[in-house]
Amino acid sequence: MSNKYWQHFGEETNPEEAKKFTNDEFQEELPFEGFDDEKIIDAKAPRRDFLKYLGFSTAAATLAASCKTPVRKAVPYADKPSADIIPGEAKYYATTYVQDGDIVPVVAKVRDGRPIKIEGNDKCQWTGGGTSSRAQASVLDLYDTYRLRFPLKKSKEGKYSESSFEQMDKMIGDAIKTAGGTTVLLTSSIVSPSTKKLISEFPGLKHIQYDSVSYSGMLLANDACGFGKNIPAYDFGAAKVIVSLDADFLGTWLSPVEFAAAYAQQRKIDEKNPSMSKHYHFEGSLSMTGANADERFTHKPSEAATVALALLNAVNGTDASGLSAAVNAGIKKAAADLLAHKGEALVVSGSNDKNVQVIVNAINNTIGAFGTTINWSAPVNYRQGIDGDLAQLITDMEAGTVGTLLIHGANPAYTWYDADKFKAALKKVKVTVSFGERMDETTALCEYVIPNHHFLESWGDAERTKGSVSFIQPTIYPLFKTRPYQTSLLLWSGKTTNYEDYLKTYWTGVLGSEDAFHAALQDGVKEDATAAKGAGSYNGGAVAAATTAVNGYPKSTGDELVLYQKVSIGTGSQAGNPWLQELPDPVSKATWDNYAMISTAKAKELGINYTGNDYNYYPEKPTIKITVGNKELVLPVLVFPGINANTIAVAVGYGRSKSFGRASAGVGKNAYPFASFNETVSYFATGAKVANQHKSYKIAQMQKHNSYEDRKEVVRETTLASFKAMPMVLPDYSEELQNAFYQNANHDYRANATLFPDPNTRSHEIKWGMTVDMNSCTGCNACVVACHAENNVPVVGKREVMRFHDMHWLRIDRYFITDEKNPDNLKGVVFQPMMCQHCDNAPCENVCPVAATNHSSEGLNQMTYNRCIGTRYCANNCPYKVRRFNWADYTGADSFKHNQDQQIVGKLDDVVFQMNDDLTRMVLNPDVTVRSRGVIEKCSFCVQRLQAAKLTAKKENRVLGGNDAKTACQTACPTHAIVFGNSHDKTSDVAMVRANNKQRRFDVLESLHVLPNVTYLAKVRNTEEKDAKWEKEGANYEYIKAHESHEGKSEHETKEGH
Amino acid sequence: MIPCKPNSQRLTLLTLLFCVFSTLNIVSAQDGKALFMSKCASCHALDKDLAGPKLRGILDAEPYGGDFAKLSHWVRNVNKLVATDKHYQDLKTKFGGSVMTEFSVDALPEKDLEAIIKYTSTPVATPTTPGGEGGTVEAPKGNNNGVIFGVIALILAIITLILMQVNSNLKKMSDDAEGIQRPDPVPFYRNKVYIALVVLLGFVGLGYFVSKGAIGLGNQKNYEPVQPIYYSHKVHAGINQINCLYCHGSAWDSKTAGIPSVNICMNCHKAVNEYTKGPKLYKENGEEINGTEEIAKLYKAAGFNPQSPATWDPSKATPIEWVKIHNLPDHVYFNHSQHVNAGKVQCQTCHGEITAMDEVKQVSELSMGWCVNCHRETKVNFNYDSTGNKFYSIYEKFHNDIKNKKLDSVTVKTIGGLECQKCHY
Repeated sequence: MSNKYWQHFGEETNPEEAKKFTNDEFQEELPFEGFDDEKIIDAKAPRRDFLKYLGFSTAAATLAASCKTPVRKAVPYADKPSADIIPGEAKYYATTYVQDGDIVPVVAKVRDGRPIKIEGNDKCQWTGGGTSSRAQASVLDLYDTYRLRFPLKKSKEGKYSESSFEQMDKMIGDAIKTAGGTTVLLTSSIVSPSTKKLISEFPGLKHIQYDSVSYSGMLLANDACGFGKNIPAYDFGAAKVIVSLDADFLGTWLSPVEFAAAYAQQRKIDEKNPSMSKHYHFEGSLSMTGANADERFTHKPSEAATVALALLNAVNGTDASGLSAAVNAGIKKAAADLLAHKGEALVVSGSNDKNVQVIVNAINNTIGAFGTTINWSAPVNYRQGIDGDLAQLITDMEAGTVGTLLIHGANPAYTWYDADKFKAALKKVKVTVSFGERMDETTALCEYVIPNHHFLESWGDAERTKGSVSFIQPTIYPLFKTRPYQTSLLLWSGKTTNYEDYLKTYWTGVLGSEDAFHAALQDGVKEDATAAKGAGSYNGGAVAAATTAVNGYPKSTGDELVLYQKVSIGTGSQAGNPWLQELPDPVSKATWDNYAMISTAKAKELGINYTGNDYNYYPEKPTIKITVGNKELVLPVLVFPGINANTIAVAVGYGRSKSFGRASAGVGKNAYPFASFNETVSYFATGAKVANQHKSYKIAQMQKHNSYEDRKEVVRETTLASFKAMPMVLPDYSEELQNAFYQNANHDYRANATLFPDPNTRSHEIKWGMTVDMNSCTGCNACVVACHAENNVPVVGKREVMRFHDMHWLRIDRYFITDEKNPDNLKGVVFQPMMCQHCDNAPCENVCPVAATNHSSEGLNQMTYNRCIGTRYCANNCPYKVRRFNWADYTGADSFKHNQDQQIVGKLDDVVFQMNDDLTRMVLNPDVTVRSRGVIEKCSFCVQRLQAAKLTAKKENRVLGGNDAKTACQTACPTHAIVFGNSHDKTSDVAMVRANNKQRRFDVLESLHVLPNVTYLAKVRNTEEKDAKWEKEGANYEYIKAHESHEGKSEHETKEGH
Repeated sequence: MIPCKPNSQRLTLLTLLFCVFSTLNIVSAQDGKALFMSKCASCHALDKDLAGPKLRGILDAEPYGGDFAKLSHWVRNVNKLVATDKHYQDLKTKFGGSVMTEFSVDALPEKDLEAIIKYTSTPVATPTTPGGEGGTVEAPKGNNNGVIFGVIALILAIITLILMQVNSNLKKMSDDAEGIQRPDPVPFYRNKVYIALVVLLGFVGLGYFVSKGAIGLGNQKNYEPVQPIYYSHKVHAGINQINCLYCHGSAWDSKTAGIPSVNICMNCHKAVNEYTKGPKLYKENGEEINGTEEIAKLYKAAGFNPQSPATWDPSKATPIEWVKIHNLPDHVYFNHSQHVNAGKVQCQTCHGEITAMDEVKQVSELSMGWCVNCHRETKVNFNYDSTGNKFYSIYEKFHNDIKNKKLDSVTVKTIGGLECQKCHY
């Protein structure tokens, strides 16, 4: 059986139609609304209007041309702060991205006083300098116009009035005194040790932690197993066998950046002795982590407990039963593998059921994970919320015993399963204070609002585990009248210090001296590298009870709804961020919405024609109504292979209130109400009913935007078994191609098989190159957001995305691997980051009529915006479809004001105007041109960074190091899948990676002989399966096929056709 | 120092002669002055206490009494002496607790120090004769050949026209005399040939101006805006020889040259509170400027009261809104440090004789053609093992070509200086 790589169902089942559609890259009608033959004069834009516009634009151009040059002012500092602050030079400050318990140590690039880019902190050992898409995007939140700008007091009529901190302190102080009852502080997980200390010093304050997506099941289970209410540190880097029971540990589970970095260590292949970790994944829907798994099994969400129990039984020698045959077999295989790798194996579970987590602990104990892959010597602080505490608090609030409620970071009015109950209970609390940065659903119900700083304006600390701390220092003076919530707590508890001084005193005490504190601040992280791993004191006493409980779970029939977090949006706390909203989901490639993910079987059952053109080529998706009990939700559906037939997956974090954020208003629907509570919150619902609404809803999905025109050698992928058996497939293919192109004595393929001057003689010393290891790319999208931030890539809004006008310079293509015969049998998913390949024989360069795109002596395919006249010939001729045309004035950079007012072609979405706000524009990188309408733009290899690296070397009077220049995508990547540098420097990482991975190295569409400077390393799945295509036909299969069909061997074509 | 008058040729000649004769004698003095200006002038003046004591005759004053070695010992061991020596401790208290920068022998070689001290030992100059220092050679007025040729061409054209008219009249008269009948002559303004010619010329001329105008859009050559404070670069950088980088320090480190903040101005102007000795300053319209009043404007911005300098709080200063003269479009990336620091280009190469300008104007076009031309012509110092930048050692091929005499020299263009993404990204 051969494998097939495909992106959407239309391509799979209806190749002829697919071809027709790919021929028309933009399938929309010409932009003349209401333009038809009969009533040409009544049309919205008839000929006269056209002439009017023509006349107007000519006149406008003349006017603009004769305008006076404006007088520009240059205003220096009044009192320059210090000698090392140099206008125009960026400074980098170590700080920490902290959000709902997530900790990512970062370095903020501060240019002329404003942070404009987040980089990972290389000094941090646990992340290795990686970041996530949300950490990358957090800098944009700083400049959000929807941040609260001053303290607010709500009157009885519900009107807000501005107030000063002094007034607020007095009012709240008095109110707390008169309110009586208990004072409760409700927060998300607090990772700051100094904050915990000051909370404990607040007399009579009761502190409750609550996580939007909870890990209480795990905390309680670990407590039951003798570890206390803690979460251990997982070491995926030490695991040769990983079994994930629905834990999306690369995308959203616990600490994805840390886990992805460690996971990738075991996924990078040494050619001399190919081996890699084996990843089994059991889940209902299709998560990003599942997409990266070597072997994947699907089950109903309610069966998660049974699966865990079956796995426990299997590692104890009993065969699994009671599940589908495939899952049973999977459990058996996984168990055998786990036992064969005792001490090098790890089982994680995403379940929030205490019993399941107790069983998982039992499995981990059996396979020797404690002390090896699971470290109990220093538990992590990422999540500490216990769901029962909040439930109890709500009961107390209803009873009226809570006098004052202070809220920071938690948003139960939106994320709690029974938000209405919380809202009603909140009304019974006399004094309600929120420290919300923005008017979220809970803050909107509070009487007093004292907005907190953004983390880039704050002082602080974040403790991952005891002994490994990351510090937060301000990178900008607070933009608004905001105050750290810690300062408020300090003042209200009777202290006179502010939090900044409190923090300094605290850490000076802990570290011994102020100098040590300053050194730690400068490094950003302080880690105890010598700490030994600990096995903890496992106590299996709770397993029997858990087993009994799980065996007693009712068997569910019918459909089930499972809630998941999207990699970009997560729990929804950053949903107001336009970069994240426009970020395509790794698996679905959809932006700007949540939707119901369903299986092909369910689609057939609902009568959805998911293979038809309407579904595959147009944004209108059929909607379904999901009913669980008395709750209903109408959502559009997206159909995917490899989803359990009875599972419907819906992302949380959508359906925000209008006041929360400008970008998130009206986007998607809230799925949190479908969670349920029984000691812990459960994120799936059984007994779901689904009905086809026979209506449609538009979803902006990017998967088919960029067509390779039926060219096939884009993705290279095989199994470990086949790779070991035939390692030379790719090099052989390459050589074959070279021979075909240039049969000459010296065989200098690169030099001679081209019209252009020899690319090797064109660039002598520096030749920038990139290599992407598809085996370590997890599809997390951090690079895409990093590219947005670094290169001023505009946000275009949902409607423009639907019209194929998305502007991402870097996209991550997702390909499903299935049997050629059975498209529902998902064997794996390939993620391929695709950006400008900087071809040495670039097809775009020779079609540009004005030479706006040409080649540099350093191997760059240069794009010169000021020369571009917008013919788009280059985009047409680009085989990789990585060139983006700036269709509308997305950035407000045009000289003509009204270019954003798209009367003829339709209005731009509000988010475009949001991004054009003076405040939001502060995030723009001043070293990169803000492109105006009508030009092509594309990946530049972050040329501004390359130039800066060269200049630094010159200033320091030294030779340029091979790794001196780093692109934004490279530094963002948590798995170091992207390697960049001077490929002519043999000591550079990129040259070494290429030299050490000759067997996996390939160029995308190598047969076109465009000589890209971006090379890829093929993905290898760790299975024993024989890859027939790889072994029998080799990599040149598609190439041979193409050539044979050209020579008229239609017989072969018919045989291979569908 | 009255501005030189054009007819003062005699004076100029005299000045020139004087210069020639005195050159040999004043070499070291000049060096001393230059060194003094670059190393000492930010804190010391000859005849006035600034941040540090006045320095004229310092060698003969207490405690040195003509002992150069003792003075040198102080300059080399400031930090040590200030802690032990009473004289220096007193000085420290006198000057508000600030201590002089220590100069090692590397930073200030012994012979340079000697030159500086020699300069400080020069007696107070007698008042200069009028025009003495201002008597620089007036640049000869450029003979605009174009104008002359144009006038000649115009005269010739008129003569031709007259002659043509005379010719046709004579012909007509001879025709009349001979009785030959000819059609009535067409007046020249209805002559189709003339009309066509005029139209053609008009089209070409207009087209030329339109396209030239379009290319020059945004080109601000000779832009010389009025600034909020009449700041004379001639006085600061020219006469007082303050190094450009003293104020525009970020030109060495950063993309922007930077305009000095108020506190940098105040480093000197805390002491320099009046303008009396320099040449008279004039606005473009001939109006005279009172330099002291301009300094007062700075004080206003700085919030500085010259009567009570000790109460000055720099943090209360308000920035001065200078008018930006050199503007580049947004799509151009220009980095000062690349040119000044890495490329060792003189500021004057692009900014013109800034040391002779009172109010600064834009001297260069700052057009792409102008940039590119310089990149074509400027040679890169490729001797990485001696004077050049080690960065260039990687260009193996060019080094070999130079060695084998295939290549004369390497220009910025040779190493890719004309490529689009050197400036546009």
